[in-house]
Amino acid sequence: MFILIVGCGRVGSSVARAMLREGHEVSCLDEDPESHARLEVGLDKGWEDLGGQFTVGAGLETDALLAAGIEQADAFIASTDGDNTNIVIAQIAQRRYEVPTVIARILDPLRAEWYERQGLNTVCPTRVAIDMLETAVREGAPRGGTGPDGGSAEAA
Amino acid sequence: MYIIVVGAGKVGWNLARELLDKEHEVTVIESNRRRYLTVEQELEHNVSYGDASELWVLERAGIQRADMVIAVTGDDEDNMLICQVAREKYNVERIIARVNNPRNKSHFDLLGIKPSVSATDLILRLLEHEVPEYGLVHLLDLQEEQLEIIEMLLGKDCGVTGRRVGDLEMPQGSLLISVLRAGKGFVPGPDTVLEVGDEVLAVLDPGHEEQLKTMFGPGGNGTGDGGG
Repeated sequence: MFILIVGCGRVGSSVARAMLREGHEVSCLDEDPESHARLEVGLDKGWEDLGGQFTVGAGLETDALLAAGIEQADAFIASTDGDNTNIVIAQIAQRRYEVPTVIARILDPLRAEWYERQGLNTVCPTRVAIDMLETAVREGAPRGGTGPDGGSAEAA
Repeated sequence: MYIIVVGAGKVGWNLARELLDKEHEVTVIESNRRRYLTVEQELEHNVSYGDASELWVLERAGIQRADMVIAVTGDDEDNMLICQVAREKYNVERIIARVNNPRNKSHFDLLGIKPSVSATDLILRLLEHEVPEYGLVHLLDLQEEQLEIIEMLLGKDCGVTGRRVGDLEMPQGSLLISVLRAGKGFVPGPDTVLEVGDEVLAVLDPGHEEQLKTMFGPGGNGTGDGGG
């Protein structure tokens, strides 16, 4: 599978490495040339040496998307740090380039929910955090029960 | 009409002033706190603080009952998505979006954000208008209606001057609609003879500009076949 990842921050770069390790073709696009270094964290060889691709450019620039190989992409991940950018480029990938699998990271839960209903595959880290926190509270660790600095005194 | 303007920059602020003058009900949404406080001194309750990308901010501004949403922030993604959400989620009938970077225009079109207005394009059109060497000025695109209106200035070596309008073989799907001569405009009839210095307006189906340009340009022969 050919996977194009736009936004090579902590999330994007980790997904990129994992996908490359699984044997997929991976192309990353980021405005910041420095983000290339993040891709190579924990690797014993260079990103390109391992078969990865990296392009400097903005996700809204048609030329950059083409250079990064959007026309060949089987999957497209929008994981820049901007919700609005992610929503726009995901729709471009979906509608103009008809990429079969398109996923957008959207931090704002309300919009993530709405765009999900409009047929956009979204991942909302905020929603995940909210759910986990709510569950953690409800399942009611007794006071200090699961805290790292021990609640044993309390529990006892 | 109830109009929501997003972005209280120079464009948004002045737009809001004009709209208020025309007795519309207006809310301007601005996400920069300092800018908001500045604008609020004049517009008072007509300006609201918040990031209009967030749905609850739009809802607080009463988007459900808005007749029109105008997005004029300095950020094209914001303008696109605010208009998209306004139309598709809140069924706002009329939207207008500002295009900051003309290269993003195709993205606005792709998402169905119409009309979108680009200052660069407007200035380019003015430039074409002021510098007639361009030959042909695009005045108006009626995208829904699939029509364009263009203006042409007839120069000295123009092939159609001295000829009757009725004798011109206008390409199918195009029509001369007016002639501006010595500061006065009129609708040409078949017996109107075109003169050097005339500014003619034509309405046409998209795609005929080149044919008309050839026909009305230097050495044109008055037939629409593009031969010169």
